[in-house]
Amino acid sequence: MDLFEYQARDLFAKHGVPVLGGEVIDTPEAAREVAERLGGRVVVKAQVKTGGRGKAGGVKLADDPADAVEKATAILGMDIKGHTVHKVMLAQTADIAEEYYVSFLLDRANRTFLAMASVEGGMEIEEVAATKPEALAKVPVDANEGVTDAKAREIIEAAKFPAELHDQLVEVLKSLWTVFIKEDALLVEVNPLAKTPEGKVLAIDGKVSLDENARFRQPEHEALEDKAAANPLEAAAKAKGLNYVKLDGEVGIIGNGAGLVMSTLDVVAYAGEKHGNVKPANFLDIGGGASAEVMANGLEIILGDPDVKSVFVNVFGGITACDAVANGIVQALELLKSKGEDVNKPLVVRLDGNNAELGRTILTDANHPLVQQVDTMDGAAERAAELAAK
Amino acid sequence: MAIFLTKESKVIVQGMTGSEGQKHTRRMLASGTNIVGGVNPRKAGQKVDFDGQEIPVFGTVKEAIEATGADVTVIFVPEKFTKDAVIEAIDAEIPLAVVITEGIAVHDTASFWAHAQAKGNKTRIIGPNCPGLITPGQSNAGIIPSDITKPGRIGLVSKSGTLTYQMMYELRDIGFSSCVGIGGDPIIGTTHIDCLKAFQDDPDTDLIVMIGEIGGDAEERAAAYIKEHVTKPVVGYVAGFTAPEGKTMGHAGAIVSGSSGTAQAKKEALEAAGVKVGKTPSETARLARAALNG
Repeated sequence: MDLFEYQARDLFAKHGVPVLGGEVIDTPEAAREVAERLGGRVVVKAQVKTGGRGKAGGVKLADDPADAVEKATAILGMDIKGHTVHKVMLAQTADIAEEYYVSFLLDRANRTFLAMASVEGGMEIEEVAATKPEALAKVPVDANEGVTDAKAREIIEAAKFPAELHDQLVEVLKSLWTVFIKEDALLVEVNPLAKTPEGKVLAIDGKVSLDENARFRQPEHEALEDKAAANPLEAAAKAKGLNYVKLDGEVGIIGNGAGLVMSTLDVVAYAGEKHGNVKPANFLDIGGGASAEVMANGLEIILGDPDVKSVFVNVFGGITACDAVANGIVQALELLKSKGEDVNKPLVVRLDGNNAELGRTILTDANHPLVQQVDTMDGAAERAAELAAK
Repeated sequence: MAIFLTKESKVIVQGMTGSEGQKHTRRMLASGTNIVGGVNPRKAGQKVDFDGQEIPVFGTVKEAIEATGADVTVIFVPEKFTKDAVIEAIDAEIPLAVVITEGIAVHDTASFWAHAQAKGNKTRIIGPNCPGLITPGQSNAGIIPSDITKPGRIGLVSKSGTLTYQMMYELRDIGFSSCVGIGGDPIIGTTHIDCLKAFQDDPDTDLIVMIGEIGGDAEERAAAYIKEHVTKPVVGYVAGFTAPEGKTMGHAGAIVSGSSGTAQAKKEALEAAGVKVGKTPSETARLARAALNG
């Protein structure tokens, strides 16, 4: 889960990373009071989860509280790369002499954590990595040893930070590491990490991404979710405990197992190339269990998507037996009908694996007018695409 | 022969007394796995009856190894306690730990992996968030259904559980030497490369099928390894061509970030290493048949 800049700033402040005062608002009127509290002169920054907001006009300097209202009015509601600005952060200003970069992140390839640091901050770090790779220091950090004074100095020396900042930077890096560990982050990044003319180091802008699998010990993270921005279908699916991602096609997909569902999306897209270019409408993994209730919840979400023209239920019975899945489909359709749902889209079902024959017989006997069976995954994808293209 | 798991393997189950642990211990026993014990400090000394077979419960992994000579542990404990369970297994120096539990925080996996390295890497870790591994006809450590396929000469390594089952099913008439589900988390113990190396060295494997998915660059690194070190034919499949950027597709590690981690890049890297890559699981199975018969 990626956080907004103001949320990252708050986590930095909580764990002792030096930041400037800042508050988030969602109406222009609120800017006056906040700007006064922050000292009058502030930077008004669009809160969007994408880069390049400065170039898009999403960051403006305001000279006084009245100007802050004006600038907030201009930025709120703005569209930045498809993201509507619903919130702005007002932050204190600082004179900046130099801009640096530091981050901690997951190094998947080496199965460890990594510190990255550079004296070339302020621009996209991917650009530094591409154009001046020698200016980007990468230092592995052992997950259990963490960032000690010695490790912090190793990072600082590798990045060739100015000597007079070393002691200050040791503390900044240790605090930033605390954010990374205590908040179960997958990424903490400060860019720019600024040096003021007086030689003080400050985190001016930052990114934090949190591990949702750590929610069991991070109950406070739920409040950081941007529920307003979530797609309504995704939000409804999440409320039902379903693993669902909305996509922009026409064929609704239900399957069991993340890999099989991803594969199903691909197979449907290939089939769609021959049928009006229809595409998968969603990712939905109902997991190993595939009970009638879970199937009904899944179908309800998918049938509630106005973009969906046909549905492809693709199940490989591994642990789950296909007869249980077939009964689940039949019961789910009855359940939705009894709830007054309008079930009117064709369902193509492919059952294979454990007790497939029995499962197919159950569906054949149920003889539901909307359900069609195809025995292979490729064939069923073809049929679902054909139905969606009609 | 097979890789990592044979009929000689003596298996214990951490979390055997929990509901998932019980269910799958019963299934593993039914498929012929030599299960010699369970571990639960609160139930040490008890026995659990599995359809007439009494399996003893030990207080620690170390005690279980001392009493039974166990060399494999399968871990079903809930995600909150998984890190401690894996560290216990590492400290007991069991040769193979199969971590089935899903939803483990990445910091916990990073921590037990670092611990395994610090202890000299004496324990091979498979997973977390994986279906485990099966050597058909010999032993089954995890949750892979044992009745999909039979013993044969294909080695299978996969990030995804259900795609593993699908591929075992497509090629069930030929059969498999071993099938390893390595899991789709951002950090995993045993990688594609580890399995490729083991299958290359396994005299009973003639062909390797490798299943990948979006996220990270494990497939690209596997491709580089294949080019240098694997002489047996390899057939590949990659899931997630249609996955949008920045969205996690079920598995915590299955995410395209910017332009990296795409299925297209993985397919191209594998093909450049001489791997035939199928567009669908069924086509991949056809390529595997052709490679075996060619």
